[in-house]
Order: sequence, then C-alpha cells, then structure tokens
Amino acid sequence: MGTSTNFSSPASHSHDRVHATTDQTPAVQATSENGTSDSMTGDRSNDASQPAGDNQPSISSSKGDHDREDDQRPPLPPRPSLLQADLPTTSSAGTKRPALQARPTTAISSVDIQTLSFPDGTRGTFSTPATRSVSESVSISGASGGQSTPSRKGRGGSEFDDTTSLMSYAPTLRANGDLASLLDDGLSSQSPAWKLLSSQAESMNPFEKVGYEDLSLLNFDHEFEEIDAVDQKGGNEEEVLLQWKSKFKHYLILSSAGKPIYSRHGDQNLINGYIGIIQTIISFFQGAKDPLTGFTAGKTRFVVSTDGPLYFVAISKLGESDAQLRAQLEALYMQILSTLTLPTLTQLFTNRPNTDLRGPLEGTETLLSSLADSFTRGSPSALLSALECLKIRKSQRHVINNTLLKARTEKLLYGLIVAGGRLVSVVRPKRHSLHPSDLQLIFNMLFEAGSVQAGGGENWIPVCLPGFNNRGYLYMYVSFLNAFDDGVNSDEPASTAHNASRGDEIAILLISADKESFFELKQMRDDVVKQLEKNGSMDIIKTAIRQGRPSTTDIVSGTQLKHFLYKSRANVQFTMPSFSPHFSSLLARRRGLTKHAD
Amino acid sequence: MAEATAPKPSSSVKLVLLGEAAVGKSSLVLRFVNNDFQENKEPTIGAAFLTQKCNLPTRTIKFEIWDTAGQERFASLAPMYYRNAQSALVVYDLTKPTSLIKAKHWVAELQRQASPGIVIALVGNKLDLTNEPSNSSNALGEDGDGEAADGEDADGDARKVSTAEAKSYAEDEGLLFFETSAKLGTNVTEVFTAIANAIPETSLKGARGPGAASGTAGRTEEQSRVNLTGPRDNASKEGCAC
Repeated sequence: MGTSTNFSSPASHSHDRVHATTDQTPAVQATSENGTSDSMTGDRSNDASQPAGDNQPSISSSKGDHDREDDQRPPLPPRPSLLQADLPTTSSAGTKRPALQARPTTAISSVDIQTLSFPDGTRGTFSTPATRSVSESVSISGASGGQSTPSRKGRGGSEFDDTTSLMSYAPTLRANGDLASLLDDGLSSQSPAWKLLSSQAESMNPFEKVGYEDLSLLNFDHEFEEIDAVDQKGGNEEEVLLQWKSKFKHYLILSSAGKPIYSRHGDQNLINGYIGIIQTIISFFQGAKDPLTGFTAGKTRFVVSTDGPLYFVAISKLGESDAQLRAQLEALYMQILSTLTLPTLTQLFTNRPNTDLRGPLEGTETLLSSLADSFTRGSPSALLSALECLKIRKSQRHVINNTLLKARTEKLLYGLIVAGGRLVSVVRPKRHSLHPSDLQLIFNMLFEAGSVQAGGGENWIPVCLPGFNNRGYLYMYVSFLNAFDDGVNSDEPASTAHNASRGDEIAILLISADKESFFELKQMRDDVVKQLEKNGSMDIIKTAIRQGRPSTTDIVSGTQLKHFLYKSRANVQFTMPSFSPHFSSLLARRRGLTKHAD
Repeated sequence: MAEATAPKPSSSVKLVLLGEAAVGKSSLVLRFVNNDFQENKEPTIGAAFLTQKCNLPTRTIKFEIWDTAGQERFASLAPMYYRNAQSALVVYDLTKPTSLIKAKHWVAELQRQASPGIVIALVGNKLDLTNEPSNSSNALGEDGDGEAADGEDADGDARKVSTAEAKSYAEDEGLLFFETSAKLGTNVTEVFTAIANAIPETSLKGARGPGAASGTAGRTEEQSRVNLTGPRDNASKEGCAC
C-alpha cells in the first residue's frame, strides 16, 4: 500500500461549510428595496447560532410534540419581515410582502446583484461594511460586481506556502473559469475552483502528465457496476477482489474507532480488512500530531480527511487533484450531516465512541453512492461548486419568479422550481441565500438517487441543510410535476412523459422550518402550478427542457470549441454547452471534465 | 349513510403506513395506487403522501395515505402522521421475524397514542417469497412453533413468521390481518377495502371528530397541543454556539 508517502500538512479545506464568524452584530436589514444589497448572509452562521429571541415567535409557538427531531429543529435565524408583518420594511403594500424576493440566491435573472459569496460561507455586500471589519471576512464590493478578498483564515502556515508556491509558478492564464475574477481575486482566493487549479499546480509537474487518459480509463464503463457479493464459502473471493481493485474510484468512510460506515464498492466482508488497515494508518499519524492528508501508491492517490469522529478516504486512479478529492469527501460529509445534523452526530460519538453509524444512516447509502458516482462521472457542478440554471428568457423567468412570490405562504422559507436538475426559480427570505453545497445535496437526492421520485405522490422530507444550518432540520415538500401531469393534464403525450428521464422532470420544492406545514405548502404548490399553467410559464419550462443545452456551434457558429465551462463567481452559477456530440459517452465526458479540471 | 343525500357519499380517510424499513410499505402503496411494482425500490425518505379512491357498494372512500419511512431515525416523526389518522397499516415482512416485533411495537404505540377507534390492519408482506398458494391464509396453521428456525427449506420457502402466530396476535389485539404480496398484487386491494369497510360511519360523516376530513382542523389542533418540547428546544438553541 503505502509506498511513497508524502505528507502535506493540515489540509486547507475548501468548503461551503459554515464557519463561525466573529461578527456578532445582528444582520442589518437591508434597507433598499431593490434587493441589490441582500443583507449579509455571512451572518447566517451567527443568526443560526444565536437564539435571537424576539425574532422567532412563530417558531417557538409552533412546536409540535416532543421528539428527537424537534430538538434538532434549526433555530431559525431572524426573518423579521416575514414574521413580523409590522416591520418598517414591509411598508409596501400588504399584498406584497418584501420578505421573500424573487431574486434568487444565485441571481438567476438579476443583473445587478452585489452579493458575493465565498466558500467559507461569508458574503459580502455593501450594506454593513463598517460593522464587519473583523478578521474573518472582509467584505468589499464594488458597484461593478466587484470582487473581494476574503482574508485568510488562521490555518497552518502551510497554506501560505501553498499559495506562495502557486504564485511562483501558476500563471493566471491557466484559469479555465472566470479570468477577470481570477485576476482580481488574487491568489488567496478560497473558491474550490481555484483550489482545484492551485492544487493541480502544486501536485503535478506539467511536464510529467500521468498517462491516465489512454489506457487506464479502459474499463471506466464498468465503474458503476455492482461488485458480486462474496459467497458464503468464500469461493469467489479472489475474483471479487479483482473486481473491487479494478474500480477507479473508492470512497471509504469509517469512524475514528475503526468501524466501517460506508464504502462505495464492495460489501462489508470485503472491505473490513482494508478499513482496519486504513484506520491504523490514520490513527498512527494522528497520534503523532501530524495528521495524514494523503499518499500515493503507484498511480493511485489516497486522500484522507478527518471530520470530527469520522475519517473519510478517497482513493482515485483518475488523476484528480487532492483538492478535488477533498471537496468530494467534504460533500459526503455534508450528506451525512444532512441526514443526522451535527449535534446528533457529535452526541452519538460522545456517548459511545464506537457507535456503528450504519444504523442511524440506514437507507442513505444510495444518496452517498449517487453523490460519489456523480463525482466519479465528473460533475461540473461539483467541480465549480456552482449551479446551473435552466436557460430561459429573463422576462419569462421574471414571470415565474412573481408567480412563486404571489403564491407564497406564511410558513415558506425557500421555494424552488427545478427542471432537469437545473434551477428555474428561487424565492427566499431576504437575508438567506441557499448554499450551492446544500443545493447539491438536494439535487442529488431528487434527481440522482431517485428515491423520492420512485415513490410517486408528494413527499415530505426532513432534511438538514448544513450550509444553512447544520444543527437542525428543515422540512421539504417535493412534488414532481410530470408525474402530476399524467393524471391531470392529458395534453402532454404520454410517450414523452415516459421517455423523459427522471433527470428531466420538473420539481417544485418548498422548504419550511415547520414540520406541520405540509398541507399549507401543498396548497401553495397547487396554486403555483395552476398559475404557471395559466400564464404559459409551464410550457416555456417544458420547451426549455426539451431543447436542452445549446451546442457550442449554436453559440458561435463554426467554432472549433468543443466544450467550455463558464462560472460566474458573483452569481455562483455556471453554464456550459451540450455534451454532445463530442462528449456524449460516459468516458468522453469524464475525459472532457478531467481536462477542464487541469 | 344516514344523512347521505348523494347517490354515493364520499369521504376522506386518513391512513398511515408504519413498519420496519424494507418490509414493503411503499410497494404496497404503489400497488394499491398505481397497480405497479418496482424491484429493489430505494428507501423512502421522510414520508410520501398519496391518495386513492376505494369504491364500496354504499360509499366511496378517498384514502389519504401517509407512507412513512421505516428507518429508526424517522420514528420520532411518526406521531405527526398517525395523529388524527382513522386507519393504520402496520406492515411486517413475513420472512423476517424481527419485523413482526417492530410491528407489535407500532401497534402498541398506536393503541396508546393515536385516536381512539383507529382501525389498524396488521399486514405480513412478501407472500411471494413463500411457496404456498397465496390465498391459504391458514395453510401453515399447524406450524405452531412460530419463527420456524429452519428458514429456507428445500423448496425455497423463506417464510419465518407463521400465519398462525401473527393471526393470533392480531386477534388478541383486535386488528385486521392479512398476508399480502405487493409484488404479485395478492390481497393488496383486499386490505384497503377491508379497512374502508371497517371505518365506522360515524367517524366519516357528521361530527368532524377524531379525524377531520382533510386534516386542516386536525392540524391546528396539533399545533395547539401541548408543547412539551418547548424548554428542551430552547435549551438546544442556547447551547448552539456554532
């Protein structure tokens, strides 16, 4: 196993996890009504952590019975204008409460959004520059959608080294993304995309490309096939082991006590031995106060990440960078938090360090696996930690936004319309944005794992959105519309409804902090759908889904360009052309994305 | 019926499915609602809400079905679903004895906490994994030793919970009892029809008592219900220092 072990020092995590900020000032309500300055979401973590007493009347009053879930209910951050109808800002007419706005988190249609979000969970706006001069994140933003430079966190000196080394030999032109922001943002940027670039630079000698492209991806088509179970007599053990070893990607999750929690491939009998080995290795270095972050064996890269009581290991033969792998492990951790919440996880292991987490996580293996597989397939959204929106005209989106806004109900926290894994519209309280990492989890649950769609009907799902608040659950109403169409709207030809892969369905997601609000949100869904049908937006969305992404030649005719990814940092969105014709196969797509990552 | 004016009065009945994970709750519902079956269905997350009509000779029952997730971590949410329910389907897997134990726990909890007069049906699913003719509900009557330890015998009978054992338990507790196969459709509609028939008419029409039809009234009632969690919640909020 461990041939050449090289230790990088404590990893600089690149994440959308919430870091506590030191700023204790309650978020200042944005005063301008135009929504350009959405008040700081950097305060999210604070908001969430503070009881924020008077701002939460509806929450404390709506407690249901006492159960574990209730304890975990996210202490809702203040949403003054929604909850307190008499707040000055709501002075505009009663019918239109400004608390929710159709200005999506990620500014789907807004041109003038001034909010920047940083992967460390902070946000910059103008509204309160003076109060936020604290060390954690400095927010400056310019009218030109300016970039700001989050000050670096007090991490190990290593990061400094990393950046300097980067500075010395990573030409900015390597950027595949947002060049302007790159130049502006300087080298201390913490965006995962930047990390990807930077770690590429640090881990790879440009003259010594690993030849993974040619031969090594040969069996990639088999990557997602199930491994046979070891039969009882162990007769096929060798064969199974070969299958297991032939996988390009492995993810292992174990507890620090060495209990296996999750493995992408192979059943427990097969992996137990390896879990033991890896636990020993990790613990050894932990004991020496010099945590292991990764090592290489041949062409296989092992990346280790530790989150509280959990060890995460990614094993890749795909030539991915450490930062990429680390971001993937982080996403798996987020998935676990999304199931359990941080306090529950911590409590489980505090009470019993050798807890077997597979029980509490029962049933979420498919979510972890579909997340892992999306990384292995190559997911632009994960690569850039941004999200993709459905391409429709601004005016059309505006109509949809307004429809959602009009139909909103008291208990609504977030409302989303999603089509084919792409965002159509979001409404949200003014001071909360949705984290790309949270959206990634939701989209994975709804569009990749298929557990929700398969059931039919409407769903009511308790989910923790760690980027929003990792301490409690929100409740998500989910309704897929194509399924709905089957029964009610017969003008849609049945064949298209069936042919449409599940990724192409339209979903309405309504998220509330109140677990009893199902019927209220269901009513809202009905209203929204009715209105969307009436004003023609539904057809627009369906048409846009059918058209899919444009090809590069549609965008620039006669271009030699095969594919591109463009991320708008300010909006945390990316766009890309269709994968076909050049990248229609799984393998080609993987290769294409590997190139993008370079 | 007494006050019925329309030819066929229709009423809503709230039904909740409970039971251990992977016993086939969603599959039963899927069979009942869509007459469909999916092999290797992924686990339900949270709960799914579905509706289906059931035509009785004298009336139409519209089931509002809460199909809950069976995993232990969702157990604490169950009261939200069975509260005000007029009927419950407690499902176990007749190839898995522990699932019957879990089912008994659910029955006890329902009898303790749900609306009085709730109609409970105990359902042993996966009848297709046994090799008996599907409708012989007392074929194994003589197999009195319950959880037959000799599991899969020569002819591939995976049954581990005898009909007699489950049936006598159901009789003791006053439950409806069925063995079903969601895969083959055996006995599925029968379960729902039996429940529909067993719902006392008084709880359907007239006084919107224990199970107010669509739940609106019920829900407000829930909210005004006492809030035992209050203090604990506050505590957890204060402790939150993230």
